[in-house]
Amino acid sequence: MRRVYLDRIAATPLHPQVLEAMLPYLKENFGNPQSLHSVGQEALNAVEEARENVAHLINCEPSEILFTSSGSESNNFALKGLALAHQKRGTHIILSAVEHQSVLHSAKSLEKLGFKVSHVPVDKWGMVDPEEVERAFSDETILVSVMLANNEVGTIEPIGEIARICRARDVLFHTDAVAAVGNIPVDVKELGVDALSLAGSQFYGPQGSAALFVKKGVRILPFIDGGIQESGRRAGTENVSGIVGLGKAVEIAKKEMEKRNEKVKPLRDKLAKLLPQKVEHVFLTGHPEKRLPHHASFCIEFVEGEAMLLNLDMQGISVSSGSACTSRALKASHVLLAMGIDHALAQGSLVFSLIEETTSEDIDYFLEVFPPIIERLRKMSPLYTQYLEEKGK
Amino acid sequence: MIYSDKVMEHFQNPRNVGVIEDADGVGKVGNPVCGDMMSFSIKVKDNRIEDVKFQTFGCGAAIAVSSMVSEMAMGKTLEDALKITNKSVAEELGGLPKNKLHCSNLGADALHKAIENYKEKQKAEVEKKEAIVKSADKEKCYCPYCEGPLEGLEDSCKQCEIELEECSECGESVKKGEEKCLHCGATKVRV
Repeated sequence: MRRVYLDRIAATPLHPQVLEAMLPYLKENFGNPQSLHSVGQEALNAVEEARENVAHLINCEPSEILFTSSGSESNNFALKGLALAHQKRGTHIILSAVEHQSVLHSAKSLEKLGFKVSHVPVDKWGMVDPEEVERAFSDETILVSVMLANNEVGTIEPIGEIARICRARDVLFHTDAVAAVGNIPVDVKELGVDALSLAGSQFYGPQGSAALFVKKGVRILPFIDGGIQESGRRAGTENVSGIVGLGKAVEIAKKEMEKRNEKVKPLRDKLAKLLPQKVEHVFLTGHPEKRLPHHASFCIEFVEGEAMLLNLDMQGISVSSGSACTSRALKASHVLLAMGIDHALAQGSLVFSLIEETTSEDIDYFLEVFPPIIERLRKMSPLYTQYLEEKGK
Repeated sequence: MIYSDKVMEHFQNPRNVGVIEDADGVGKVGNPVCGDMMSFSIKVKDNRIEDVKFQTFGCGAAIAVSSMVSEMAMGKTLEDALKITNKSVAEELGGLPKNKLHCSNLGADALHKAIENYKEKQKAEVEKKEAIVKSADKEKCYCPYCEGPLEGLEDSCKQCEIELEECSECGESVKKGEEKCLHCGATKVRV
């Protein structure tokens, strides 16, 4: 059976060069970077080289990069570490309504400790209005977190503008850039952010390799206590092979990003154009232009996401319905609901994220396989029957 | 795969899909806020379910459950069909993931509603149409503690005023601080 993988936001395949770079650190170079002997020092050098690569990609100092185990950890680290370090100045946090669960739930935990959290609404594209952020400020506000690119609908947020507003008020600004870094150019100096999360598995690096940028001079509480690793802010023996893999993935992404996007964007555009022509009652979600170049997301009316996903999987096609992190929950996506999409339509969410290997034939194959699946599911759908009855009247 | 072979088989080849045009009884449950919607229509002859058809908007489990319920109900007497429970459906399907158990509740409920609807119709021919419309429109999520109506997303139940939160496993509403989820049995409710 033909295999078509269109779920980059969940995981990318490991780049062969990344695997090659990692292998020695899973075999002979097994040292602990904190050991003073040469076996350890070799591992330390590899970790520091990776740190330089990551810093180079997002235009910061190596000392501003802290390695973590996942994008979710980076987000937890940023929200909790920054909020708790600055709580004497105030206890109010501002988020957008479409943040990843790891940001939303970190803030929920902080609420239990006495923090107050405001959620800024988005427009129908999932876009945050910087003026809304400004309106949400109070004298107590210490931290704002808005994601750079949304994983479910692909929309790229006006981070530079929001960062300017925060700077003017001397309020810290974190951005969850997990879906963006390695896929589109990201420059922390140009954006003017204080903290930024990124993850390697979004751009052909290994799972379990991620990082948090924290601007020099910004106080943040340690996330794991008990060691001197990551300048004492994240204890625990380093995931050396993972970090090396991240470093290599970053190096390749810096060189290849433009070429990758030139290849993937026309295919994405083809999908976004042809799918609504092939199947009726299909709507693109997220911003039509200001979005990740590999990302296309839709709501398919009268059918439910998981049923589509399973049917596509039987045809060898891997896509997602919303975020992989919430795919087993039954409720409609908070992102789509925040965009004003009603519950029934939001249940029919389908998210495509193309990889470098995606071909035009892959898209053709999907477009051929998909309409009969939808026809079958709609025949089964009481909502579609209801629609036809009302239309007939 | 999160589903058993039996579930996948019914999902791929659902039995008895459709609507019976001149049905003797119709039952609808669920709404898109809860995630699933099912409708069953039945034809009854000599106190037996002569024909049954369903339509489902929902996940793989919801479709498989509806198909299984329809198969189990076909040819049964009304009394025996009323004995089909969420448990027996889930068992016949070789088990369901715990966050999908609520789908089996819906399947059995929709069938029972169709049977009730048939009985009501027998009793009062005149009121029949209103009854269908009403029972369909009123369908909401219910508070698991007092059966009061819920929109599906609120922080507390209007009827019994219990504070509610979302179960991290199945996404259903449970009492804040509850040790065990009433819907899926998850012991760690909080995320």
